[in-house]
Amino acid sequence: MRRAFVPMLLVAGLMLAYAPVMIAQGAYEQSMGLISKILYFHAPSGMLMLLSAIVCGVASALYLWRKSPAADRVAIASAELTALFGLIVIVTGPLWAKKAWGIWWDWEPRLTMSFVGWLISVSYLFVRKYAGPGSDKLGAALAVFGSVNVPFIYVSVNIWRTLHPKTTVVPTLPPGMRGPFWFSAATLFLLYLLLLTARIHLERQRATLDELYLAEED
Amino acid sequence: MCRRLLIACWAFLLLAAPALAQRPTGQSEFVPVNDLPPTEQIPAAALLVAGYAFIWVAVAFYLWTIWRRLNRVEADMRSLSQKTARR
Amino acid sequence: MFLQTALLVLRKDFAIEVKSREILYTTLLFALSCVLVFSIAFVKEGQPLEDAAAGILWIAVEFAGTLALGRTFERERYSETLRALLLAPASRAAIYVGKMLGIVLLLGVVELLLAPLVAILFHASLFAAPALLAALLAAGTVGFAVVGALFAAMLVRARSRDVMLPILLYPITIPVMIAGVRGTAALLQSPPDRPTVTMWIMILAAFDVVFLTLALWTFEPVMTE
Repeated sequence: MRRAFVPMLLVAGLMLAYAPVMIAQGAYEQSMGLISKILYFHAPSGMLMLLSAIVCGVASALYLWRKSPAADRVAIASAELTALFGLIVIVTGPLWAKKAWGIWWDWEPRLTMSFVGWLISVSYLFVRKYAGPGSDKLGAALAVFGSVNVPFIYVSVNIWRTLHPKTTVVPTLPPGMRGPFWFSAATLFLLYLLLLTARIHLERQRATLDELYLAEED
Repeated sequence: MCRRLLIACWAFLLLAAPALAQRPTGQSEFVPVNDLPPTEQIPAAALLVAGYAFIWVAVAFYLWTIWRRLNRVEADMRSLSQKTARR
Repeated sequence: MFLQTALLVLRKDFAIEVKSREILYTTLLFALSCVLVFSIAFVKEGQPLEDAAAGILWIAVEFAGTLALGRTFERERYSETLRALLLAPASRAAIYVGKMLGIVLLLGVVELLLAPLVAILFHASLFAAPALLAALLAAGTVGFAVVGALFAAMLVRARSRDVMLPILLYPITIPVMIAGVRGTAALLQSPPDRPTVTMWIMILAAFDVVFLTLALWTFEPVMTE
């Protein structure tokens, strides 16, 4: 499994490099033009951010109630990935918004709640790093509360009249856009899995190191 | 030394004040983005490429931080196992 | 038994507070200073910006509440009564609810003084529908206190706890704040937009239920250390 990591990473890199080719050949969207091609990266990153937040919340809940150290490792890894993909969403979104809406940012429900969700994942990382003893339980509680945010982010565009496109866009993409979209989504999802695996491996090595230190002291 | 620094600060403030007090020129009204002259609009291609480049940079940076931390942990493990082996 | 314990904890905190009134006075003064600082930002040529009062009221409550939370648990930590509380043969969730009710009461008193003050200083017709305002403030304060008491209790033994509390609390309570501010802004319309205010009160009540459930579940595993 470990040997497969570097080749898989190369595959993901190649897919990411090929994606613009597919995107350039994809159908041209009349109403928003060239800039709407950011969709192919922005929407999958958003989906991965929400997925990662849910994984973090579930893993944290498992850690709190079952005290499973493996769950704690998954929680911290997925929190970092929530922060990473959240950052990608928050940067690519305004790049699109500047052209589509004329403004970089608007305080409407989806944008605000996504930003809050991202802030929660960053706070989680701060707590794990700086809060000292008990920070693992504290972070876990924070992650559980933060994951409640996720359904709100998803449905906010359907409930309120907002600038942001609704969730019906992706299921009803025109045929010319489906190929590039799902290819980009698959690329980013593969990257997500690879990064998650790498990060969990790092945590596991740290845990082994701690055990070695403890064994040495005895 | 302190005195000279203080005098320099005051000199800067006194000279800069008239310049800072001038009102900035520029548009004073709201102009719809499509009516802006083409030189003031940001081309869509630049934004698109910037977004794509950011993804590469972010993912590569994150991978690099994992790699760096992993190296540190593995170096610690090696030195620790050497210490216990020597005993 | 659960409710008895919670009320006992509440009575204890109330008794201590009535004697010294330290937290009440400092929180009130802090809220007043907040309002003063906001007046610099939100008053233009002597006229307050429209609907600024809604935001100012809620933000002053949030900032003052953070201070009160920190002080309440710091007091427990300082007099080392926290261990006594945890060793007591009482359900930990009941202790948590008692502490949470104490914060709600404290913030309630602060709001009692703050709301008329904000209404006067910022020319806002906050009391056009006083029952709705009370319900809005109550629901929002409970939501804030539920999350705040949980995190403040968890942070008692953590490092850099003073700066960690806002970092943890503010993102999580943003939905409560948004609902509170939007509800108050709807209230400030002339005439007050009652259906919208009622909707926001319902949303706040939903948040309260969700957060309280989560808090009661997580308090036990987090405080067993």
